[in-house]
Amino acid sequence: MKKIMLGNEAAARGIYEAGVRFVSSYPGTPSTEITEFAAKYDEVYAEWAPNEKVALEAALGASVAGGRSFCAMKHVGLNVAADPLFIGAYVGVNGGMVIGVADDPGMHSSQNEQDSRHYAEAAKLPMVEPSDSDECLNFIKMAYDLSEKFDTPVIARFSTRVSHSQSVVELSDRCEHEIKEYTKDAAKRVMMPANAKRRHVVVEKRLADMAQYANDCPFNRVEMGGTKLGIITAGTSYNYAREVFGDDASYLKIGLTYPLPDGLIRDFAAKCERIVVIEELDDFIETHCKKLGIKVEGKNLLPICGEFSQEVVAEALLGKKPEYKALDMQIPPRPPVLCPGCPHRGVFYVFKKMGLYVSGDIGCYTLGAVPPLGGMDTTFCMGASVSALHGFNKIRGVESAKKSVAVIGDSTFMHSGMTGLVNITYNKGNSTVVIVDNSITGMTGHQQNPCTGYTLKGDEVRGIMLENIARAAGVEDAHIRIVDPNEISEVERVLREELECDCPSVIIARRPCALLKYVKHNPPVHVDADKCKSCRACMGIGCPCISMVKGEDGKSRAVIDETLCTGCGLCEKLCRFGAING
Amino acid sequence: MNNTKNIMIVGVGGQGTLLASRIIGNAVLLSGHDVKVSEVHGMSQRGGSVVTYVKYGEKVYSPVICEGEADIIMAFEQLEAARWLPYLKNGGVIVTNTQKINPMPVITGAAQYPDEIIGEMRKLGVRVIAADALSIAREAGSDKAVNVALIGLMAKDLGFDTEILRQAVKMSVPPKFLELNLRAFDLGLKCEA
Repeated sequence: MKKIMLGNEAAARGIYEAGVRFVSSYPGTPSTEITEFAAKYDEVYAEWAPNEKVALEAALGASVAGGRSFCAMKHVGLNVAADPLFIGAYVGVNGGMVIGVADDPGMHSSQNEQDSRHYAEAAKLPMVEPSDSDECLNFIKMAYDLSEKFDTPVIARFSTRVSHSQSVVELSDRCEHEIKEYTKDAAKRVMMPANAKRRHVVVEKRLADMAQYANDCPFNRVEMGGTKLGIITAGTSYNYAREVFGDDASYLKIGLTYPLPDGLIRDFAAKCERIVVIEELDDFIETHCKKLGIKVEGKNLLPICGEFSQEVVAEALLGKKPEYKALDMQIPPRPPVLCPGCPHRGVFYVFKKMGLYVSGDIGCYTLGAVPPLGGMDTTFCMGASVSALHGFNKIRGVESAKKSVAVIGDSTFMHSGMTGLVNITYNKGNSTVVIVDNSITGMTGHQQNPCTGYTLKGDEVRGIMLENIARAAGVEDAHIRIVDPNEISEVERVLREELECDCPSVIIARRPCALLKYVKHNPPVHVDADKCKSCRACMGIGCPCISMVKGEDGKSRAVIDETLCTGCGLCEKLCRFGAING
Repeated sequence: MNNTKNIMIVGVGGQGTLLASRIIGNAVLLSGHDVKVSEVHGMSQRGGSVVTYVKYGEKVYSPVICEGEADIIMAFEQLEAARWLPYLKNGGVIVTNTQKINPMPVITGAAQYPDEIIGEMRKLGVRVIAADALSIAREAGSDKAVNVALIGLMAKDLGFDTEILRQAVKMSVPPKFLELNLRAFDLGLKCEA
C-alpha cells in the first residue's frame, strides 16, 4: 500500500515493521513525531523518558534483554545522552538497537546547529542517513539488520527537512522478532577497565569490518550520468543536487555516513572529471575524501552555516541567481510569540517590571526573551537556568541573589533542572528558582511528562509533584511557594518575599497551557473606547490580540482581536481606567 | 531546472496551514503524481511566520521551494503574502485571504503594517485572487475553516478536478467537521474574486 507520510511517521513505520518492541525517547524538534507515531502501534511499547540519557540507557537495557529497541532525540539531546552512547559501542547489542538523532540545519527550533555525524566517528558507531520518507522507513528496517549483524547500536541521522517533509512510502507488514535469549556475559557488558580494554579491540575490529561492508551495502548507491561533474552527497542535500543537475552529473549518494566507503569513493572519483561534495553543515565527507588523497571541492563553494536548498546549490556551483518580484516596502518581521492566554506571560511581565536578572531555559517560555517582555538574560541548554544562576550568584554575591531568578518549565525541570536545584541547596546557595508549570511539554507540541499524570500511551499514572521534589532537594517548606501566574500582583508579592530571603526558594507558577484541550477559555474581553486613555499599559504584556488602532478622531486606542482572545484577563488587570472588560 | 508544480502555503502559526497542505497532498496522491510536502514545526509555529511547501509532478526531488519558483502562493494573511512574494515565479498567482494580523513589532509600535499590499502587488503585474476567507469560513460555520475556504478559492488554479479536492478534504478532516468544511470549500469555489 502506498501512503504519503512525514519522514518521522515513516521512521515510526520502519520501527513497527522491523519488529521493534521498545521505544524510549525525550521530545525535541524535529525528532518528536517519530516516538509519537511509534506509540500508536499496539505492538510497540513506547514511553517518554525524563531525558535523553535515561531514554538511551533504557533502550540499551531493552536491547540487552533481547528485544529490538529504539530511542529518538534532537541533536542537542545526543549531547545529554553521549555517555551511554559511547559505552553502547563497547557493549554492543543483543536485540538490535537504533538511536534516532535529528539535526536542525537552519535552526528552525534549536539553540545551535551542531552536526551529529561527528558523534558517529567519536563513538565509533555506524550511522545511516535517509534523504526522504521512503528511505526513513527502509533505512530504519535495514539498520536493525546492520545492528544485529555487527553487534552494535546504529545511529540514524535525520534533519529537519527529512523529518518534517512528507513523501510517498510503500508499506509492508510487521516482521516479528522473538525476544532473543539472554545469557550473562560480564566480559562483554561490565565495563570496568579489564573488560573495556578487550572490548576496545573488538570495537576497532568491528569498525574495520564495517568499513569493508560499506563498499558494498544497500545504503550507498551510485547514479551515473554526465561525468564532467561527480557529486558526493548524503541526506536531503542529494535532493537539492539532483534537482539542480538532473542527469547532467553523476552522484555517489551516501546512505551509510559512517564508516564511509573508501573503495566506492575512490572508484567514483576515478570516473568523474571534477568531484564536489555537497553536504549540509560540516565538511565531514569532504575531510574524509581529502584524507584518502582524493581531490575534491566542497566547503570552498558551499556554506557551513545554515540550511541548503536547490537555490543555495545552484548559486554556489553555477553562479545562478533567482529572478523574482518584490514589493518596494518595509515588511515587518513576524517573530514567534507567546500564544494568547499563555500562562507564562504574567510571570515575564513581573520579571521585567522588577528589573530582575533572568537565567532562562529551553521551552516555549524562551519566547519571554522577545520584546516587549524581554525578560531573559541567558539561555544555554536544558536545565542550565538553575545551575548557571547558582554560579552567577556565587560570583556576584548576596545582593545579586536578591535580584535574580532562574525560570524553567515543568518538563525541563524534570529533564535536568532538579540536579541544579540540589547543587544550590547542597552548596549553600540562596538562588530563587521559578518553575513555570504549564502541566505539559509545550514547545514540542504537547507531550506528557512525569508531572502530567499520563504516559505517552495515555495511561493514567500518579504525577510527580514539583513541590515534593523541591522539598526532597532540601528547599524548606516555607520557601516552596505556589502561585497562579495570571494573578500578577500575587506573583510580584511572592517573588519579593522569596528574593529577600537568604536561602534557596522555589516558586511554582502553576496554570495549564492555554492550548490544552481541557482548558476552558473565558469569553473574550473588549476595550471600552470611551474609557481608553491610550496609555499603552496593556501593550506591555506582548499579547498578540492587542493593538493600537487609530480612531476617527485621529487618536490611537487599544483594540482586542476577539477571534484570538482567550479571556485570560491579564490586560484587564493592567488597565488603570477600567477600560478593558469581559 | 524542475518540472514540478510548486505551491507555497504561508500564514501565521496557528492559522491551520498544516491542514491545507495535507489536503493538497492527498489530492495529489489521489491524482497519481509524486509529491513532497515540507512543513515547519516547533518554535516558529508559535504565532510566527510559517510556510509549507507542496510540490508535485512526475518525480519530485527537493521538498523546498526557493525564490522565483512558486506557481501558486496561498496566503492566509496579507502581510505574509507580501513577505513571500519573491518566491512567486513569473506568471504565478497569489491567492490571499484579506485578513490582517499584526505582528509583534507592529503591536509594540516598532514598525508599521504596510498599506495597500494587494494593490501594490497587482501594480507589479502579479495576478492576485483576494477574498475575505474568514467571513466565508464563518458563513460555513467556523472560523477554523479558513484553510478549506482558501482551497476552494484556488481550486481552479490547482488544476485538480473539484471532486478530487472534495475527496481530499474528506481524507484530511475528522468526520464530524466534514460537512462544515465541504460547505466552506464550496463557498470558496463560488466566491468571485
